[in-house]
Amino acid sequence: MSNIKQELQKRILIIDGAMGTMIQRHKLQEADYRGERFKNWHIDVKGNNDLLCITQPHIIKGIHKQYLEAGADIIETNTFNSQAISLADYEMESLAYELNVAAAKCAREAVAEFLNDLPDASDLPDASDLPDASDLPDASDLPDASASGGKYVAGAIGPMSKTLSLSPDVNNPGFRAVSFDEVANAYYEQVRGLVEGGVDLLLIETIFDTLNCKAAIYAIKKYFKDTGKPELPISISGTITDASGRTLSGQTLEAFYISVMHANPLSVGLNCALGAHEMRPHIEELSQIASCYVSAYPNAGLPNAMGEYDERPEDTGHYLEEWAQEGWVNIVGGCCGTTPDHIKHIAEHVKNLKPRELPVVETELV
Amino acid sequence: MSVIKPYSRFSGLEPLIVRPETNFVNVGERTNVTGSKKFARLIKENKYEEALSVARQQVESGAQIIDVNMDDALLDGVEAMKTFINLLQSEPDIAKIPVMIDSSKFEIIVAGLKCVQGKCIVNSISMKEGEAKFIEQAEICKMFGAAVVVMAFDEAGQADTKQRKVEICHRAYKILTEKVGFAPQDIIFDPNIFAVATGLEEHNNYGVDFIEATAEIKKLMPLVKISGGVSNLSFSFRGNEHVREAMHSVFLYHAIRAGMDMGIVNAGQLVVYDEIEPELRQLCEDVILNRNNDNNEATEKLIAFAETVKAKGKVEVKDEKWRAASVEERLKHSLVNGITDYIDADTEEARLKYPRPLDVIEGPLMDGMNVVGDLFGSGKMFLPQVVKSARVMKKSVAVLTPYIEQEKEDRKNAHIAAGTINEESAGAAKILLATVKGDVHDIGKNIVGVVLGCNGYEIKDLGVMVATDKILDEAEKFGADIIGLSGLITPSLDEMVHVAHEMKRRNMKQPLLIGGATTSRMHTAVKIAPQYDHGVVHVLDASRSVTVAGSLLNKEQKEDFLGAVKTEYQQLKEDFENKRVVKELLPFAKAQENKTKINWSNYQPTVPTFTGTKQFDNYDLAEIRKYIDWQPFFIAWELHGKFPAILSDAVVGAEATKLYNDANTLSDKIVAEQWLTAKGTIGFWGANSDGKDTIEVKAPSNSPQGGGLVRLEFLRQQIKKAAGQPNVSLADFIAPAEVNVQDYLGAFSVTIKGIEEHIKRFEAAHDDYNKIMLQALADRLAEAFAEVLHERTRKEFWGYAKDEQLSNEELIKEQYTGIRPAPGYPACPDHTEKYKLFDLLGGEEATGIHLTESLAMYPASSVCGWYIAHPESKYFGVGKIEKDQLKDYAERKGMSLEEATRWLRPVLE
Repeated sequence: MSNIKQELQKRILIIDGAMGTMIQRHKLQEADYRGERFKNWHIDVKGNNDLLCITQPHIIKGIHKQYLEAGADIIETNTFNSQAISLADYEMESLAYELNVAAAKCAREAVAEFLNDLPDASDLPDASDLPDASDLPDASDLPDASASGGKYVAGAIGPMSKTLSLSPDVNNPGFRAVSFDEVANAYYEQVRGLVEGGVDLLLIETIFDTLNCKAAIYAIKKYFKDTGKPELPISISGTITDASGRTLSGQTLEAFYISVMHANPLSVGLNCALGAHEMRPHIEELSQIASCYVSAYPNAGLPNAMGEYDERPEDTGHYLEEWAQEGWVNIVGGCCGTTPDHIKHIAEHVKNLKPRELPVVETELV
Repeated sequence: MSVIKPYSRFSGLEPLIVRPETNFVNVGERTNVTGSKKFARLIKENKYEEALSVARQQVESGAQIIDVNMDDALLDGVEAMKTFINLLQSEPDIAKIPVMIDSSKFEIIVAGLKCVQGKCIVNSISMKEGEAKFIEQAEICKMFGAAVVVMAFDEAGQADTKQRKVEICHRAYKILTEKVGFAPQDIIFDPNIFAVATGLEEHNNYGVDFIEATAEIKKLMPLVKISGGVSNLSFSFRGNEHVREAMHSVFLYHAIRAGMDMGIVNAGQLVVYDEIEPELRQLCEDVILNRNNDNNEATEKLIAFAETVKAKGKVEVKDEKWRAASVEERLKHSLVNGITDYIDADTEEARLKYPRPLDVIEGPLMDGMNVVGDLFGSGKMFLPQVVKSARVMKKSVAVLTPYIEQEKEDRKNAHIAAGTINEESAGAAKILLATVKGDVHDIGKNIVGVVLGCNGYEIKDLGVMVATDKILDEAEKFGADIIGLSGLITPSLDEMVHVAHEMKRRNMKQPLLIGGATTSRMHTAVKIAPQYDHGVVHVLDASRSVTVAGSLLNKEQKEDFLGAVKTEYQQLKEDFENKRVVKELLPFAKAQENKTKINWSNYQPTVPTFTGTKQFDNYDLAEIRKYIDWQPFFIAWELHGKFPAILSDAVVGAEATKLYNDANTLSDKIVAEQWLTAKGTIGFWGANSDGKDTIEVKAPSNSPQGGGLVRLEFLRQQIKKAAGQPNVSLADFIAPAEVNVQDYLGAFSVTIKGIEEHIKRFEAAHDDYNKIMLQALADRLAEAFAEVLHERTRKEFWGYAKDEQLSNEELIKEQYTGIRPAPGYPACPDHTEKYKLFDLLGGEEATGIHLTESLAMYPASSVCGWYIAHPESKYFGVGKIEKDQLKDYAERKGMSLEEATRWLRPVLE
């Protein structure tokens, strides 16, 4: 997988856009979410988008393919909430590993089909028919990226529903709803599923509490140490929540970057919460301080009064083009509210622009 | 491309980056159950809220890292660490700084690491229990991204001598960097500070051992940091805080100079090195540096001194002699030592002494703060002490403020009584101040704020660490008339450049003031001013800020003031750039080797339609006029802007349009009434270069050279170029003789004659306007004529670009093929080559131009130059040259070195 590094030296890579808004377009009902396998599940599962990797894999794969066709080089697995702690909302903690394997498979197959122009996805076996996931081929058996035409699958690791630095109880600021070990264990299971499902890199994203991210880094390092497998690249994408310029857990951008440097990430960047207009100064700052590649995938503007994102694809494209012209970015794409159309515009706008050069990291004080 | 320096970086909610100029990082030590009885009691009694206030106090008094230690036999260390750190993380005022997790039990350290989002420091690990354990613990620290303090401790015990300290640290360094993969800047060594003056002679060198080991470790491993617990040093003087503080201060002064970067120290209680009474300071130096200490002599003396202090009792320890000094001295003493006890009374005394309350601020208080700034800059004061000084300053200003307000009120009432307009309150000018992002220093800026505020401006101070966007958003919201930036550390300089850049991007108009210790007029001129067009001014100190703000806000003065600053900065910038180049010159032979690479084998020179010369007498002025480049015309009139946009410019548009119309009216007259005549000469000759810097021209037999070869000498760039960039000489663009291709060179001269009688007429009529107008137009016509002939040369007479189709604008932008460089200008700066040029063209008779002894052309509106046709030829500047080229050039020219030096002075250093 040194391949993505070579690719990043050559050009700006495009990461895909929102999954949630695309799933909404299918107007799925409770029964669609349950599919055959979970038709008798004891609580409602509608809204558990990650479950669709098992129950409606063709939809997820279809969305991946739309993004690939729009010009995305990196597609994210549909696993934003696929770890035990978030899945507890649906009492599906035990499915964490399997969901990640299935999601990685959806994305892998989408890439293969896109590249090989395979027959319609619906003809392929449904992922829910999969045997025990441990029988799946692991990453090393899958076509490697050099054979996959510069298209990569990023295993998406989301922020999870509980947070390590903040107390949910205003009267007890020292209280924590979850422990570091619980979080790290949940991420460990997710990482195992993603890696064994065949992703090319791991993307810790939408980080609003750096300690959760540190637990994810800890889990990834531990997983590769335990298994002895070659480490996959880690990409890190934090979230500046508002005009304060800080993460939800209160860190400035530079403090955040310093806190995650030990991951030795392939890239560091920002996504979500802000539109490109608001994100601009932060991306500029990050491009100055980061010794690795820089990624940026903002929302399609800020939500309007109806809570909808209405920034036009060409506008998003123009913003990101300017960042690329300034030499600030290596990976760009979209987050909430962005569509294949946004990705298409972004890809076209930055197509001929040079990627940010990695800074010189000095090893001596002059 | 940006550069990332190998600084140590830690973080809480905010970053802490240890830069060379950081001086000394204070680690707050009071949240340590082994060191603070109060803190230990609070934790044991489960009074965590109160324990938090201990932490807050540490941060407020200047701790940059907070050390937390829960090692007490009566405590569940893991639980206590977790509880306290979780609480700490919920207090943004405290959580902003990084945490040092301090324990001798690794499980407690891990418990702490699991609670902190920022980059922590583990204090400590060591090789006490062998290498395997050390590696295991270091690897765990690394998985949490923590930096580590490594004690100079191995299987054999704690290192006491310099040699052992260095050996152990070096061994640990190799393991951490080579086996565990630690970055060197994430390693902090604690080479053990032990007690001195214990009475045991073998302890006497402990201070020296630490200081020398520190220097040696820093030499061997420059990126690591050195830390230590300072209070151990004075253990034998327990109970005598006066002596202990002096010892700590003296020790730190020497250890920091040796390379100590951080320390666990109650810095709020440190005395200022320079303020220790000389006798005590001398005794401390002897003990710590183990001087004059045979048979414990120095130790005995310090002990004896300590006894006298002790005998007097604690209260009398305070030296009150300074109270007898003048009020100015007393204010200074209070500021430097952070003493608030007398500040109200002293301020009041000063207020009565000085004519205006503001004079107290601008006088003694600022003098005192300047001393603080100097001591801090020279490493004799630490940040916490500076923070205390600032508090004293604020307190003093608070005493003065009501009187300053009263003065304002009085002035206002006086205006009302007199029926005059009080401009002060009629919308006072607004000034926005901020310390830029990444910088926390604001004392200087606060002083500026106070001083400007006292001068009647409305001040909005955004405080420290303010991001560019916020500064500019707030400036727009506030309606600031001036923006002032402050910064004390070097990275702030880049940040200021960025602010200026963003102001331009946002089309802001306010002048930008730059101030703070690391800022300079030079940096402002070279880096910041070029980023922004509406005024960037470096302000040396607070007192200057008043006059600068005054000039900028005065409509009549503003333009002149900014113009003068701009000129001054432009000069500084040029000086700087010229100076910089000289360092990077190549030996001449090397520069010659790196000449422009042209593939002559593919090159077929176009043969000119004639060789020899051709004259144009009385060329059609109406035709020439179409080629005028108007921009220099407006510059001549000191109207700056692009043509034709300048005609509709909001400020100068009306004036420019009027000028333009007048110029055209006059031009109409000049053409119609044939006031002036245009005379030009061009010539082409066979020519080849010698492969170096000489072009040999075959002069026609009827020329003064009588058919021989005329050797034209050129100069070559000597600046060290980027890879692949040639060191250019004009000779590079003519085929060398050795390739056997007959190449050509051309020359031209043009002049506009007949101006004198009209000038005289305007002078007689005292019509300066039309006189200057005529001169400026004649210059423009000469340039335009050169353009006309060059175009015809390319398309017709030489004919190497027959199909060229360029607009006037494209011509002005020099988008044509080939060049027409003039002797005396950047590509061939030697004016004396003009002699040869004019000889080739047939001399004064043919060209109508007379060369003065300083090689100026008369009539003044004349232009001459060489024609070079090669498609790769381009305009360039020779820049500075070295002595070796000068010597070679003088030889080629047959000039003495002195004469060559005189003519080439502008390109020599």
